[in-house]
Amino acid sequence: MDFLHRHRRLIPYLLLAPGLAWLAVFFLVPTYYLANTSLQTGSLDVGYALTWAWENYSDAISTYHEQFVRSILYAGIATVAALLVSYPLAYFVAFRGGRWKGLLLLLIIAPFFVTYLIRTLAWQTILSDDGYVVDVLQTVGVLGDGDRLLATSTAVVAGITYNFLPFMALPLYVSLEQIDGRLIEAAEDLYSSKVQAFLRVTLPLSLPGVFAGTLLTFIPAAGDFINAELLGTPRQSMIGNVIQSKFLVLTDYGQAAALSFVLMAAILVLIVVYTRALGTERMGV
Amino acid sequence: MAFVRRHLLSAYAFLAFAYLLLPIAVVIAFSFNDPLGRFNYTWQGFTLAHWQEPFGPPGLQDAILASLKIAVLASLVATALGTLIALALVRYGFRGRGVTNLLIFLPLTTPEIVLGASLLTLFLNLGVATGFWTIFIAHVMFDISFVVVTVKARLVGFDRHLEEAAMDLGANPFTTFWRVTLPLIAPGVAAGALLAFALSIDDFVITLFNAGSTVTFPLYVWGAARVGVPPQVNVIGTLIFVIAAGLMLVNVLVQIRRPKGAV
Repeated sequence: MDFLHRHRRLIPYLLLAPGLAWLAVFFLVPTYYLANTSLQTGSLDVGYALTWAWENYSDAISTYHEQFVRSILYAGIATVAALLVSYPLAYFVAFRGGRWKGLLLLLIIAPFFVTYLIRTLAWQTILSDDGYVVDVLQTVGVLGDGDRLLATSTAVVAGITYNFLPFMALPLYVSLEQIDGRLIEAAEDLYSSKVQAFLRVTLPLSLPGVFAGTLLTFIPAAGDFINAELLGTPRQSMIGNVIQSKFLVLTDYGQAAALSFVLMAAILVLIVVYTRALGTERMGV
Repeated sequence: MAFVRRHLLSAYAFLAFAYLLLPIAVVIAFSFNDPLGRFNYTWQGFTLAHWQEPFGPPGLQDAILASLKIAVLASLVATALGTLIALALVRYGFRGRGVTNLLIFLPLTTPEIVLGASLLTLFLNLGVATGFWTIFIAHVMFDISFVVVTVKARLVGFDRHLEEAAMDLGANPFTTFWRVTLPLIAPGVAAGALLAFALSIDDFVITLFNAGSTVTFPLYVWGAARVGVPPQVNVIGTLIFVIAAGLMLVNVLVQIRRPKGAV
């Protein structure tokens, strides 16, 4: 007790120590081991050793560049789709929700209350070949007789969009909700049309939400493998599927770690470029 | 014109809500389905059989118990560690704040698969067998950041004078923390703990990498997905949904009923 009184400046460090130690040992140190493993060669039988195998990287990229490109592409499309679905929805809740805002927000995050795998399996049911959706689309002629929804790129992207939609909608809602309604009224008093007021006042003020939402959606989407596994085929396989099977099925740890590292680096680079492009000052982030 | 646009937006929002809720309806409906074969994909007929025997399929009960144990332990530990970090960040000035914030922020921006994979390389290289405790370690790791963010948000605006008053009246720092600080920040801590619990019970990716032969509920579903998911999985999924959504609903309804002006 006296010790704490005499060394008050130590208190914050004592509070931080246990939690930060946990993160250091189980988050930072593992990153070192991931890098180390990515330069190892070997097999389960003979063991693994650090051989500075840089070819793990070149082999991994030349063999799996297709899955990499597909991951970035699917994640990008899903992020844009989630933005298009979420923006009007968040706008509706923020400006027309009234006293029901809390309840409507609850509906937006409701999918999170169903286990991730189970809600993805529900999409498997909905899109399945003998389901109602395929039936209706075939009747109206959008789909041909033998055409499927399940096991297509569309199904995988739709699944990703659905699963990460709340990550997009919530930050959008927060930034729209904070907008001072008087600013929009002022624009209208000054004879701007509703569309102009939206484009020149509401939209710019909501950009921090767009920024946060797109990042929160894109990052998990790029690393996802569940949607490709459950709603797609090997032809839709993403980099996450490759990493998962190399680590847990093929025990090809060197290449698996190299692929993980490249994924992490690629996402970091994209985030930095994106942040620069949007300009954090203007965004107020 | 304004009338049309107003309703256009409402109609769009209605469709978006329908899209969000459709899979949930499917999960609930198919918990009452009576499938012909192993695959529970098409509606065959109504039955209550799966609800009467929710733990029927072998291994399902053990998986749920493992998930619950890990979620309780991990959320308790992560809440304690995260709350202490949040207190330090909000209440004290100290050197190293930037590094601390970065260390909290980075796990949130790293894809789960990379978090899971790197933790696995740690265990592989150190020769640690993966299983129950490595899952626990992983869950505490990813829970901490979420707890810090949640508790911090509630700590801002906390009136320090109340603590000073307690100290002036002769309370020592521990009594002050226990009798004044903790009760005041309790709602934030509870919110952090609930979030940590929910994240832990739903986690699949990081768990898959560090589970060894231990099977949690999401891992059970993953295994079953290849050979046909028993309808009991829908029963458990429905139960989890009803409990989680019910808790949130009570919270929301209390806020709606609260008269304007009251905090």
